[in-house]
Amino acid sequence: MDPLILSRIQFGANISFHILFPTITIALGWVLLFFKLRYNATNDSAWMRAYFTWVKVFALSFAMGVVSGVTMSFQFGTNWPGYMEKVGNIAGPLLAYEILTAFFLEAAFLGIMLFGFRRVSNRIHTLATVLVAGGTTVSAFWIIALNSWMQTPAGFEMRDGVAHAVDWWAIIFNPSMPYRLTHMLLASGLTVSFLIAGLSALRYLTGDRSESMWKALRTGVFTAAILIPIQIFAGDQHGLNTLEHQPQKIAAMEANWNTGPNVPLVLFALPNEAAKENKFEIAIPDGASLVLRHSTSGVVPGLNDYPGNHPPVFPVFWGFRIMVGTGILMLLVSWSAAFFLKRRHSLPKPLAMLMVPMALSGWLATLAGWYTTEIGRQPWLVTGVLKTADAVGPVAGSHVALTLAIYLVLYVLLLIAYLGVLVHLALKAAKDGDNSPLPGVLNAPMSQPAAGE
Amino acid sequence: MTFDWPTALPLIFAGLMGLAILIYVILDGFDLGIGILFAAAEDAEQDTMIAAIGPFWDANETWLVLAVGLLLVAFPLAHGVILTALYIPVFVLLLGLILRGVAFDFRAKVPTERKHRWNRIFFLGSLIASLAQGYMLGVYVLGLDVGLGGMAFGVLVAFCLAAAYAAMGAAWVIYKTEGELQKKAVRWLRTALVLTALGMAAVSLATPFASPRIFDKWFVWPEMLYLSPLPILSALLFLWLWRQTFHLPKPDDRHSLMPFLTLAAIFALGFAGLAWSFYPFVVPDRLTIWQAASAPESLAIILAGTVVVLPVIIFYSFYAYRVFGGKATDLTYD
Repeated sequence: MDPLILSRIQFGANISFHILFPTITIALGWVLLFFKLRYNATNDSAWMRAYFTWVKVFALSFAMGVVSGVTMSFQFGTNWPGYMEKVGNIAGPLLAYEILTAFFLEAAFLGIMLFGFRRVSNRIHTLATVLVAGGTTVSAFWIIALNSWMQTPAGFEMRDGVAHAVDWWAIIFNPSMPYRLTHMLLASGLTVSFLIAGLSALRYLTGDRSESMWKALRTGVFTAAILIPIQIFAGDQHGLNTLEHQPQKIAAMEANWNTGPNVPLVLFALPNEAAKENKFEIAIPDGASLVLRHSTSGVVPGLNDYPGNHPPVFPVFWGFRIMVGTGILMLLVSWSAAFFLKRRHSLPKPLAMLMVPMALSGWLATLAGWYTTEIGRQPWLVTGVLKTADAVGPVAGSHVALTLAIYLVLYVLLLIAYLGVLVHLALKAAKDGDNSPLPGVLNAPMSQPAAGE
Repeated sequence: MTFDWPTALPLIFAGLMGLAILIYVILDGFDLGIGILFAAAEDAEQDTMIAAIGPFWDANETWLVLAVGLLLVAFPLAHGVILTALYIPVFVLLLGLILRGVAFDFRAKVPTERKHRWNRIFFLGSLIASLAQGYMLGVYVLGLDVGLGGMAFGVLVAFCLAAAYAAMGAAWVIYKTEGELQKKAVRWLRTALVLTALGMAAVSLATPFASPRIFDKWFVWPEMLYLSPLPILSALLFLWLWRQTFHLPKPDDRHSLMPFLTLAAIFALGFAGLAWSFYPFVVPDRLTIWQAASAPESLAIILAGTVVVLPVIIFYSFYAYRVFGGKATDLTYD
């Protein structure tokens, strides 16, 4: 079997599994800080109950992120040695700064944040929460800087076939970086707000009307309702940035085969790369020209400008549509839920039932978006510098296939276990309601049910 | 010899990487070891043992990310050569680390009747990860390209490193617990020490025969003289610790951290021996640290950050250990 395609699937599987968890922890850290600060300000124990329910989700997600992240750090060497040989001088320092400025900070203060409530002062505990949340965000900053540099490289020169850094500022703040970072941080915020809203809706459906449920539900719904229009705007800006720097990706996203004006916005199609055409196309006339160039006669780049040098059209086209479609659904659901919570102070049952599966909508949209942008960079690993095919290592295909199969089985089992625990925690919180032993109060018994809880 | 950065930087980074690996082996050593000892512990004891490592294991494992990260960023060529040669053992290591890392969290959050399953996974994951690390060490010492004999040696080192980690784990339990469990840990420590000593002797004997270059370093005067303190000191520390185990735990729990510190010192000595033997190679007899290093300007920018950040990391790591100092109590989220 071909080690290249197997290695790509393996890396794709590993990084897809990995990104699920940082997407949660990046924003959940800040939500936990919000719960904590509300508690500090109001002394209302419902905030602290919400905190303790969600800090468990944070701990579990963090652990999943750490172990899958350790896998990532080895994957560069095991499967893609050509990557570091060619661009190690750029990628190395960015990765090193992520480890030094973010990983240790998160890991060291996570212990205090999770288990230190009664060992340090309330102020230090709040500080630990800030540092962990800040660490996850700093981590996102560095890794997005590296990924964006691979998309739109800048600030380097090639010497003897190896990339050397010339201007670190230009490398870090490369053309697509601010857009991608904003887009990803908002995606994390949306993923977490829908997760919280969805699991709170599950509690609501089981009859839980406790204060901590309401607080979590409102936090989730209102955060989602505020973030989603911002995200749609940020995504549009990111798309225009891609049009400027990676037009071939836009051509694939729109399944536009020929450069020209009056390009329609394709809503549905089965792109056929061999025939260079779309089957079963449903399109809005002039739509793409209007969206991308703000004029019906605007010229949109087509795949014919990049023969043999553009990404595969089908996955990029569909990845983009799944992301946008999920985003629109998120807008409808979060705004309806916000309306009912604000005006009626209740949630209609069908809406609550829709919100439960929507708990995972953030994951779906984030994955679809990353597939669009990563597959959209092909055949390049680093645009214009290194092709994916030239970076793969000398490992036998059979080895890659064996490890890939085990990874896939493991990831499926872990995902099932993870989702099972989320539901279990939500149902348990619903059952306890406002009657769970008041955590975090100084006169609470020193030992509540051991590590078991 | 004049000082110049292109020569000095790879050397500094080799030192930093060595330091990261050593800290990793000592710190994650004790929590991996506790995972291995899970097989010999009762249910209630398992909870206490988890409480003894709960706030730390994440940060401990980060040192592995730093070590691999430094190998990746400072010596990209070596990173590729070593990890492609060790493809399957690395995979097994990752499998073990994934399983134990998630089991650690799942066991506390699943419904009670499923806790046993995750306890077993925690043990298995810890054991697998330790064995894989030992195997990789054994194969690396022999120069990566090994036949059947070399693999057998790798397996021997694998079991000895697992034993060494179990010894570290037992020493940590002695430090963090009291009563019956502490006494039990002393017995664990004794058993594990025998295997650890055997393993260090095996690696020490095999290393010079793996390559004539190392043989010369070990057995040619005057280099022999520089090396000799390492094995002598290690042997003395082993014997001393062995004798101490008969007096543990002491009244008022005096010196409960001593076994752990002694073992850490032995690890450091063994590690220094390896470093001395392999210098200046990062891939034995193939790539020196200068051949494998990144461009000096890239190393310089990493070093600038490291010099500022590493002391801060060490400072707050100590702080985190201090917050959770003393005997382990039940671990709760509040």
